[in-house]
Amino acid sequence: MTSYEGTNFKKSFPVQGKSFENAGHISSKVKALLQKMRLSNEIVRRASVVTYEAEINICSYAERGKILLRVTPKFLIIDAIDEGQGIPDIELAMKEGYSTATDKIRQMGFGAGMGLANIKNFSDTFRIISEVGKGTHLKMIIRIN
Amino acid sequence: MTLKEVKEILDAEVFVGHDQLEMEVRTAFGADLMSDVLAFAKSGSLLLTGLTNPQIVRTSDVLDIAAIIIVRGKRPLPETIQLAEELQIPILSTKYILFETAGRLYTKGIVGCLEKVSEKRDFL
Repeated sequence: MTSYEGTNFKKSFPVQGKSFENAGHISSKVKALLQKMRLSNEIVRRASVVTYEAEINICSYAERGKILLRVTPKFLIIDAIDEGQGIPDIELAMKEGYSTATDKIRQMGFGAGMGLANIKNFSDTFRIISEVGKGTHLKMIIRIN
Repeated sequence: MTLKEVKEILDAEVFVGHDQLEMEVRTAFGADLMSDVLAFAKSGSLLLTGLTNPQIVRTSDVLDIAAIIIVRGKRPLPETIQLAEELQIPILSTKYILFETAGRLYTKGIVGCLEKVSEKRDFL
């Protein structure tokens, strides 16, 4: 992580798993924080979208999780780390249209297999690590300027 | 046009935002899939959707959507209304189906927030 040294802001947000009651409220908080830092509309939008999709994933599939936001002069680094079922086949999960979502998730307007693809498209760097039965770690990096 | 004109064109009922009807809107995006709204909708647009749950408000907040138009005569859930009031995002409901809603707004000058999706990433 040496390349991210010089972090001037760091905050961790717990996310409730297997519940849609508060789904999205961390993303609203992250968005408000980034707006306060006077980052550009484009950066705020991209960061909010990836945070929201990652938050929806934790609310959908994990037992519990957290979203870690770091802001450096050059990068926004967002980690979504959960304890949950994990993803057996990441290549398949990344495919647009592939989903294991329940009806409940689909009723909320998600679960069409677009979430991870959106996260990838809206990040400059996206990495996913997952272990079945343990959990998933998404790392999203957005370059500032 | 103003949100008040949108309300009249769509014969819509206002659930949230009675005091925000003077806001100007020029573009719209319609979908029931929030992941597609996140991928394509632009800030300041109207969101036309058939969903009624709080995620339509969260999605709108993330994108700075101007107002939500619920189509097909559906009504927002109580928790959706509560969140929209908190985040000050207007919600209207119209009995027109999505196609009619879009068509009626389009003929009066509202256009899509983008015409076609592009090959390259297009964030704003």
